[in-house]
Parts: sequence; structure tokens; C-alpha cells
Amino acid sequence: MTEARSIVDAAGIEALLEALRGQGYSLIGPTVRDEAIVYDEIATLNDLPRGVGDEQEGGHYRLTRRNDEALFGYVVGPQSWKKLLHPPMLRLWSARREGDELRVEAEPEAREKFAFIGARSCELHAIAIQDRVFLGGPYVDPHYRARREDVFVVAVNCGVAGGACFCVSMDTGPKATFGFDLALTEIVAGRSFLVEAGTEAGSALVETLPHRAATKAEIEEAEAILARTAENMGRSLEAGDVRQLLARNLEHPRWDEVASRCLACTNCTMVCPTCFCASVEDTSDLAGLESARSRRWDSCFTLDFSYMHGGSVRQSVKSRYRQWMTHKLSTWRDQFGTSGCVGCGRCIVWCPVGIDITEEARAIRESDGQKGAT
Amino acid sequence: MALMADAFVAARAADPMVPRVARIAERKREIEDVVTLAIEGGAFDFAPGQFNMLTAFGVGEAAISVSGDPANGARLIHTIRAVGAVSRALAELRPGEPIGLRGPFGRGWPLLEAEGHDVVVLAGGLGLAPLRPALYRLLAEREKYGRIVLLFGARSPQDILFRDELEAWRGRLDLEVEATVDHARGDWRGNVGVVTTLIARASFDPARTLAMLCGPEIMMRFVANALHDMGVAEERIHLSMERNMKCAIGWCGHCQFGPVFVCRDGPVFPYSQLRGLIAKKEI
Repeated sequence: MTEARSIVDAAGIEALLEALRGQGYSLIGPTVRDEAIVYDEIATLNDLPRGVGDEQEGGHYRLTRRNDEALFGYVVGPQSWKKLLHPPMLRLWSARREGDELRVEAEPEAREKFAFIGARSCELHAIAIQDRVFLGGPYVDPHYRARREDVFVVAVNCGVAGGACFCVSMDTGPKATFGFDLALTEIVAGRSFLVEAGTEAGSALVETLPHRAATKAEIEEAEAILARTAENMGRSLEAGDVRQLLARNLEHPRWDEVASRCLACTNCTMVCPTCFCASVEDTSDLAGLESARSRRWDSCFTLDFSYMHGGSVRQSVKSRYRQWMTHKLSTWRDQFGTSGCVGCGRCIVWCPVGIDITEEARAIRESDGQKGAT
Repeated sequence: MALMADAFVAARAADPMVPRVARIAERKREIEDVVTLAIEGGAFDFAPGQFNMLTAFGVGEAAISVSGDPANGARLIHTIRAVGAVSRALAELRPGEPIGLRGPFGRGWPLLEAEGHDVVVLAGGLGLAPLRPALYRLLAEREKYGRIVLLFGARSPQDILFRDELEAWRGRLDLEVEATVDHARGDWRGNVGVVTTLIARASFDPARTLAMLCGPEIMMRFVANALHDMGVAEERIHLSMERNMKCAIGWCGHCQFGPVFVCRDGPVFPYSQLRGLIAKKEI
């Protein structure tokens, strides 16, 4: 592995994409669609959001024009890599009746090899969190594994902080520290990128690109950029004891207050890069000869989510918001040994009424122990 | 980027979400809306208190506790109340028809821990079904336990599940069986009232008792509190919880009950683990 860091220019990035495509990877990266930055297939450097920035706040997202040609001058958009590793809709199996026999056939696993271009540190943490759900227990999800195991990750260290970002609080960024083959820091907008290899494969790939060794000044510049990003987080959350804080405040009046604003629209769970909940749906043909089961993303904000005969366990929006937030920040630790929140801020930005998880945690902290009407 | 080093420790196994196909061998109507299905064709190993995910093809899948004898691995028994689309379709299955099967899943009754103790088995309504495998085991290894008490509550005499078996057990000298109903017509000569009223009359030593409860959540809460008040340790009062389940292996998120997944960490839990949550609404 090359210990020394290298510098590539825009042509080097183009060559990187070309080389990965040559190795059989489908390139997925940030690109502008419907006035947002989404993760989708990219062909060349021109598909990246060059010179695009973003403005993010509670319930607010706008793309802006930067005054430079930066390729990665924005933060995370509404989508995450979750949509590729844990697809929103996936057929699990199909069954066919042949005379007296009934045959069940498992859905074949995806064979596509993905290269994730531009994954941020918080997102690498989110992927590691979902790895624990689908790969880390006694059962392994073969579909998740098939999609996950060959991913080539080109991470990007964040050169700007978003208005809703709080990775520093969650200790998940802004610098990628694991889970990447290559990590880029854009040190001169659109022109110069510091490259760090995280794996042998990444290091071997750099050797094939037009590159040169980074100078001490360039390495220091990258560090300065990251330090600046860390200082400019739009949000903060006191994470140290938030698990215990929420666990002892299940009857806090703030849950009623937030429920009066929450629309239970499920947006926060859809944009969250760690939310993994899913439901299954069975379908059949009219003759009853064929049937199939699919898995699709589900959300704890729906009334149906906790439905049992006789009614739903979580009838009130209050209980559903509480379930989501305590899961993210508290019970996730009991279940998986990590936080379920990586501080990406998506749930804040994409909430139609701008509910802010950091503000909710703060409000409970400020009146810790208060009890509301039950 | 390859995965975190320890992520692939688990060997490549068959997809746990794909059911295998089994056949209905026998269908028995128990009471109104409740049938017992016997599945044959394989060796079925399970621990009392565990459940399977049963598929009615083309309709859907539901979590159903095993209600049969763990000593009989050739016949897998489930008792199902027809309450929703899936359970209704399952309850309609006839001998010879295919059924999808995944499992067994979950943590069952603490029978090993019960050894040397008096055992109180308390069921409400269909809650007797997941407890029946434990009863079979307790009776098969009768010498390992102290007193055994079976307390059962139903809505009405017509709703008493496994009635023939209960009556046969009642004739045994090494087992105390008491039943009560919420309401009855004049021809019922048994107890009327909630199941908690049976506890005070039953003979067991609270200090050396292990209890297994299954029934409506509110019933289990009252019973657990009553047992605890009598001196049964919270750690030795075990409850079988029920929640919506779509996967049974901790992937779908539906069965979360605070910090636990009912499918993976339960469905049987010691009361000491749930006490703080079960009294709260809408957890």
C-alpha cells in the first residue's frame, strides 16, 4: 500500500472513473437531477455537479451556483447509498404451482459490481451500521451481501459543512477514516485532489493514474480544509449520554410538543442512511398458480407498522416519533452496539416542517426528568 | 472496499427469508375461529416457546407459535386463530395442501432454569398454545420439577382451548389445573372471574417458583405484578410477548419493543427485563 499521498488533477479523476469502468464496475456518484444532488449512474466527469453548492436548513434544500468549478463542493442530498445496498423494493422469492407440486425459487442475487464515487465519511459510517444489521447477526442477508461485498469506494472528505450537518458531534466525520479504497480531498476547486489509498486495490489503482506525490504543503492544506469543515458544522448534538437521557425521558412532555408538528410523513426514515425497516408483500396471479414475495422499505411512522390483530401498538404520532428518535439515539446502542445516527442531517433537511433531531434532544436535555400527561 | 473484517464470519447459508414447502397432514377445529394444523414431512426440531413463520402462498406470512409436543419431531403442530387475511388463509388450509415454513425462531421458555422449582404456567385464551409444548416437556420430565400449577383463563366456556386435554390433565395427581372464564351461562359450574383470582388459591411456594405467562399483555402485566407481590422473583416470571413481525430475524424492525427485538431476543422475556417498558403506553 502506498503510504505517501498523491495529487491528481481533473484528468486524473476522469482516468480514475475510466479505470473503474474498465474493471467492470458500475459507477454511481453524485449528479444533479430534479434540482437536487442524487446518487445515480455516472459516465464521465461531466456528470458530476461541477460548480454546484447547496443550501441546507430545517425543511429547506436548494442548489446554489458556486463561484468556482469544484466537483465536490456540496454535502449530502436526499439519497444515500442505502438505495443500492438495501433497495427500496426487492423481490425475495417466487413460487409456482405445477400440478400437485409447489416450487419456491429464491430470487437470484444481484451480480452488479458498484463503485461508489464521492461517499462521505458519515455515509461510510452509515454503511458500517447497516452491515451490522444485515451481516453481523446470526443470519446473513444474501442480497445485501452480494451488493455489498464487491463495492469499490472512492470517498470524498468534506470540504464544506452543510447547514444541518453534525458529524463532528457523532464522531463520524468530516474525514473518512475507514471503509474506503480511495479518499479524495479537493484542495484546489476542480483542479487538484489529494488522494489517500485505504486498500491495496486503491493503491494499485492510483499507480495507473496520472499522479504525482503530494507536497507537505498540500497535505497541510487538506488538513486545514477538514479542520475548517469541522468548525463549521451547522448543528451539534451532545451525544455522550444521549442514550441514557432519552431512555429515562420516555414520558417527557416534549414528545407531545414535537407530535403537534410531526406529520408522520415518513420522509426522515426514507432519507436516513441507516433506517433499515422493511415490510413484505405477497402477490399472486389470478389463477393462483404463481405467487411472489417482495420486501420494501417501511417506516415506523406509519400506523400500520405496529399493527397486530386488535389494533396498532403505536396509535399516536407522539409514540411513533418517540420510537424513531429513541431508536436512532438510544436503543440502537442496545441492539447493535453503535449509534443509529451518523449526523448527516438529512432528516432535518427533508422534514417538511423542519423538525430537528438535535433541537429535540436539546429540548429534552434542558428539562431532563419532566413528565407529561401519559 | 471489502467489508469490515469480521462481517463475513457467518458461513454462507440458505436465504433465511425463503420458506421451504411443507404439507398439511391434519387440520383440527378447536373452538370458534381456532384450528390446529399438523405439518409432516421432515424432522422438526424446536424448543418450547419458539415460533415459525408460516406462509399461505399468495396471501402472506404470519408468526405462529409451535403448540405441539417437542418430543414428536415428525409432526409440527401450530394452533391458529383466524383474525386477519393471512391467519384466515392459514386456518383454511386442508390436508395435502402446501404451506410455507421458516423457522423455528426466537428464545423459548426457560425449562432448564425451571428445574428444581415449583412451576406456575398461566395462560389466557390462545396463550395456552405457546405454553402447551412447555407443559408436555414438564410432564415428560415430571421428576425434575416441584409442584406444577396450570392456571387458565378464557372468555367463556366455549372459548376453552384444548379442553379435552385440560380435563385429562386435571385428573392427574401430580398437576394442579384450574380454569376460569370471564362470563358464563348457568350450565357452567367452574370459576368465573379474571385469571388473577386463581393465583391466590393455587399451591406453590413463591420463594422457589418459576412462572411462565402467555396471554393478552394487560393480563400478563397484572399477573406478573400479583406474582411478584406474593414473593416470586421478577427474574423468574417469564412472559411471551407478541408484536407485528415481518422477518423473524431482526431485519424488518417491526417487532421492536424499546431496546429489544421480540423475534430475536424473545418472544419469551423475564419480567425483570421488560418491567420498565410494559407499564408504559405505546412503546
